[in-house]
Amino acid sequence: MKMLINVPETVVADALRGMAAAHPELTVDIENRVIVRRDAPVAGKVGLVSGGGSGHEPLHGGFVGPGMLSAACPGEVFTSPVPDQMVRAAAAVDSGAGVLFIVKNYTGDVLNFDMAAELAEDEGIQVAKVLVNDDVAVTDSLYTAGRRGTGATLFVEKIAGAAADEGQPLERVEAVARQVNENSRSFGVALSACTTPAKGSPTFDLPAGELELGIGIHGEPGRERRSMMTSREIADFAVGAILDDISPRNPVLVLVNGLGATPLLELYGFNAEVQRVLAERGVPVARTLVGNYVTSLDMSGTSVTLCQIDEELLRLWDAPVKTPGLRWGI
Amino acid sequence: MLDADFFRRWMTATAASVEREAERLTALDSPIGDADHGSNLRRGFTAVTATLEKEAPDTPGGVLTLAGRQLISTVGGASGPLYGTLLRRTGKALGDAAEVSEEQFAQALRAGVDAVMTLGGAAPGDKTMIDALVPAVDALADGFAAARAAAEAGAEATTPLQARKGRASYLGERSIGHQDPGATSASLLIAGLVEVTEAAGE
Repeated sequence: MKMLINVPETVVADALRGMAAAHPELTVDIENRVIVRRDAPVAGKVGLVSGGGSGHEPLHGGFVGPGMLSAACPGEVFTSPVPDQMVRAAAAVDSGAGVLFIVKNYTGDVLNFDMAAELAEDEGIQVAKVLVNDDVAVTDSLYTAGRRGTGATLFVEKIAGAAADEGQPLERVEAVARQVNENSRSFGVALSACTTPAKGSPTFDLPAGELELGIGIHGEPGRERRSMMTSREIADFAVGAILDDISPRNPVLVLVNGLGATPLLELYGFNAEVQRVLAERGVPVARTLVGNYVTSLDMSGTSVTLCQIDEELLRLWDAPVKTPGLRWGI
Repeated sequence: MLDADFFRRWMTATAASVEREAERLTALDSPIGDADHGSNLRRGFTAVTATLEKEAPDTPGGVLTLAGRQLISTVGGASGPLYGTLLRRTGKALGDAAEVSEEQFAQALRAGVDAVMTLGGAAPGDKTMIDALVPAVDALADGFAAARAAAEAGAEATTPLQARKGRASYLGERSIGHQDPGATSASLLIAGLVEVTEAAGE
């Protein structure tokens, strides 16, 4: 597999150097792997810290800036960052108002953020944590690691970020983040596996003419494999899986997310089908976002995320945001 | 009796076998994980070896505590906190003694394995590193070679299991038929004990 890299060992550091050059409004600590808003800590404001394995760009580093995250900790490709990074990030953004960790529900992320929270509290930083677990493809039972955190992470980071920028206190920002997660559900579909730089070949074998339903964002295979389906059929299946799990009464935010290698042309076509299913099922749509936001390296495919919102959450969603990956209203 | 040098050499031997087997670990992690177990552990144990050369703690407990902390700070993912906790808690259980008996070590390692089960929430049969570590600790009274054999048998016995923890659990029944990469790397760690003993006996 050809890749635009030097050597696999330096892909994350190389990307951080490039990010630092492109975004002087961010402080990129390449050695310690922390990306921070240059104006942090902002007086009186709750700090929002997230992080996770690299390979999901623009998540999380591309969502650092006014109106969204205060700092992000990139790990190795598909590998949770270490507690040292998270503690450093928390210290950099804490104004005394406390810090919220936004954690995708994967065993590694949860364990490292838990350790980091303890260490940060030892340093006198007040820390709250919100777990994102929106993926309906995983049965949430005693027999799995629980639902994965996927597309809803963007909704949580944007909406909690707006609440924090308004100066809302930590308990309130945490409650908003939790509410967004609880109201969100996602389902992903892969048309091809992805290739990690370390392995250099696809992480699993997906034959031509087949697709994988219920895919995660770490190159791990999904729950079921079928013969290739049309955009219309995939939308019926993915939105159907979500609506089996929640029955929205309020309008929803829609994220039609590309996994990295699917052209926008196809994503917009797929969004038309998603909107058709939602209309048929009587689900009103408040806002829609289409693009590559929570990716899985060079995987082709898509994920759909729906989030039920009320007027307050919609107001926070519409609030100005200025980050490398998401910006409006400024 | 086992001294600090024995434990330092245990870590060096494990680093060497992780280096040797890194590609196999990553290959095992591909069908049921995300294809990085070998490269992550290699990064961690390389850092452990470097730190132990620089700081050289003079007690068995000091060596393992430092090694565990280094894994937590360099590996990431789930294996960083889990392996880091295993070594750190084993080291803490050994206390400040300059030398420890094999029996004391067996007790300490059991405390370490218990801490891993508490942290990760896994029990035997969940298709994780625990499936190699628990049999190894149970067999440790009969010597390092018995522990190695038990760990390797435990790792192989994960193949028919359905994963209930970690990333492989997302696959449900499709995780059946693959040997668990975490149990496999845990058996390398236990095998390191034999390698050090054999090297010392030469």
